[in-house]
Amino acid sequence: MEHLETFRQEVRDWLEENCPPSMRTPLVPEEEVWGGRNAEYVNPESKLWLDRMGAKGWTAPTLPNKYGGGGLDRDQTKVLHQELFKIKARPALNSFGIWMLAPCIIEFGSEEQKREHLPKIIKGEIRWCQGYSEPGSGSDLASLSTKAEDMGDHYLVNGQKVWTSYADKADWIFALVRTGPKEPKHNGISFLLIDMATEGVSTKPITLISGKSPFCETFFDGVKAPKENLVGIENSGWTIAKKLLQHERNFISNFGLAGGGTGSGADVVNIAKKYLGEENGGIADSFQRESITMHKMKEHAFGLTLQRSGDEGGKASAASSMFKYYGTEHNKDRYELMIAAMGNKGLGWTSEGFSDDEQAITKAWLRTKANSIEGGTSEVQLNVISRRVLDLPN
Amino acid sequence: MKLILTEEQQFLKDTAQSFARDKTPVTHFREIRDSENINCWDDATWKEMVDLGWSGILVPEQFGGSEFGMAGISVIMQELGKTLTPSPILATSVLGVATINMLGSEEQKSNYLPKIVSGEVTTALAIDEGNHHNPFNVEATAKLDGDHWILNGKKVFVIDGASADTILIVARTSEKTGESNGISVFAVDKDSAELDITKISTADSRNYANIEMSDLKLEQKALLGEQDLAGETLEKILDLGRIAISAEMLGNTEEAFEVTVNYLKERKQFGVQIGSFQALQHRAAKMFCEIELTKSAVIAAMHAADENSNELERLSSLAKFQAGETLHLVSNEAIQMHGGIGVTDEYDIGFYLKRARVAEQIFGTSEFHQARYANISGF
Repeated sequence: MEHLETFRQEVRDWLEENCPPSMRTPLVPEEEVWGGRNAEYVNPESKLWLDRMGAKGWTAPTLPNKYGGGGLDRDQTKVLHQELFKIKARPALNSFGIWMLAPCIIEFGSEEQKREHLPKIIKGEIRWCQGYSEPGSGSDLASLSTKAEDMGDHYLVNGQKVWTSYADKADWIFALVRTGPKEPKHNGISFLLIDMATEGVSTKPITLISGKSPFCETFFDGVKAPKENLVGIENSGWTIAKKLLQHERNFISNFGLAGGGTGSGADVVNIAKKYLGEENGGIADSFQRESITMHKMKEHAFGLTLQRSGDEGGKASAASSMFKYYGTEHNKDRYELMIAAMGNKGLGWTSEGFSDDEQAITKAWLRTKANSIEGGTSEVQLNVISRRVLDLPN
Repeated sequence: MKLILTEEQQFLKDTAQSFARDKTPVTHFREIRDSENINCWDDATWKEMVDLGWSGILVPEQFGGSEFGMAGISVIMQELGKTLTPSPILATSVLGVATINMLGSEEQKSNYLPKIVSGEVTTALAIDEGNHHNPFNVEATAKLDGDHWILNGKKVFVIDGASADTILIVARTSEKTGESNGISVFAVDKDSAELDITKISTADSRNYANIEMSDLKLEQKALLGEQDLAGETLEKILDLGRIAISAEMLGNTEEAFEVTVNYLKERKQFGVQIGSFQALQHRAAKMFCEIELTKSAVIAAMHAADENSNELERLSSLAKFQAGETLHLVSNEAIQMHGGIGVTDEYDIGFYLKRARVAEQIFGTSEFHQARYANISGF
């Protein structure tokens, strides 16, 4: 324990010296940092903070030192997070590369791939997006048809991806492609890294029911991808894909907690008191008070379950399906309760007649409808629990 | 607070699991139900639990207990709940011990606690008076008459009331009904002449009684601790009871669920296992999620009790709420998924439904705890 306290002091001193003042203030959306070749920094201190954290490897504290990571163990990582939390530090970097791709490269990638890609991910130099879903392959992801033909030194990629978040801003894409058209569907898929600057790659943003979104369609039209960008063995990409989905689900499951995930950060109890009025310090409407209480109690129990999973040494596993299912359904429920509490004030679309906060909640309510679809639908999660946890027959 | 068990707690849980599996499978409960046993639990089995030290888990070491705490007794309750094992553990080893230990004088503690540890004395806490749990709605009165207390009033649904050696009676010594002030607790021998104990017969075939006091005359020393001041402590005692019964309900739920999932894998209709139907799979998966939430709420509450956390009230209400909701769901689904056989007395699954509804009522339904949680949280 003693070395841990020494480490804590080191972290504290380093943060004191290196975390710029404005990075200790609440995040404003336009200053969110995702890195990449084309990143624009509204606040120059965001860039400074990223560079310092990136150099230290603390944007990816658990990844090995030799690839630019922090090389910290579980306890040290916890200490780092605690100290960052204590000074209310903004995240230095948001990154699909760190959250999803890096763990897979560590597990399945070649030594060259690790040396090439991990440091750039960790320093925020290259921004990644995920190419999984296709117009014809949603829940049945393994039916995907984007083709990658073996042309000797490269693959020739043709096809279309959809729901690629931030594809229009990303530098590289990790994509699932079909390399074995004659194999059974799960056995003909490969995991391929493609530079978005390659000729033949194009993107088009998607507008959602909630308005503008980071989602895009991504098209591959005769794209040449060098063979060294294949991760793992040809036609065994499905294993990697499944692993990566678990990392994604773990991330999305935080949506179940107030303030987590897609949302406006508004608290349902405060909203209800504001729009329904207060009676003896509580929510005035007894029916809505009851539904909201139920919701908050479920949230409390869910939060405890996430904590317990961590305390038990929680690895990504079938339990991630439970968290993904419960967390996203709960988040949808939160926004239904919120707009119900707001009455006609919860239905604004533009600023005519509605405050910014009110519109944000309406948009967030619509956006949550995608939570239980993206990253595997609720129904797919329930299938996973049935099959893998409960061992029910097919 | 880490939401896992210590090695010792896990060991205790394993011991209780083997005990329940080997000595008190559900057939044990069925035999008692079909017998004339008025206790609704088996003396020899209780003796074995006493020998394992379970009666003294909440008792301080100086009175012969192990001070193993709420986590210790809760994991035992959970395992006993799986096989519906009836025993005095809730009424005596949780409620009786907590009441005497938290309210009683040193003399009262040394008088009762060692006898509870040794199995010589069992207890019952007589608190509720109406159709619903409402702990401060105490109309039973205790009035000082010279150097004696005179008690009058009625208590209902007293757990183990039909057999307990010592009845712990909650009575009003001042203030109005509904107030938490002005409440006192008295320890009364079951054979007192002015005590009318009537065993009631309930769906879960356990031991409950209605108790009437008609000018029940007690010596001053029957008062546990101080006059008028039991209210706040009683709330804490009840919270321990709520956590213990939540743990038992979690055990009920886990077993009913496991039996049901196994049935889905065995039962064939239309030439296939019915567990292959998505209509059943998704309901089973949703139950799994609720059970996971229940486990977390129960373990958080029992650790909160042992750590004297200021979150105890909220967490105990959360545990009883979540355990109640989940057991309600699972006990209903278990019957439905078993189909015809599920509604026969010959099959055990119905026992879980009957126990479920009674346990849901004990120390407050989910609605009661929802209201309490909302008030504490300022919703």
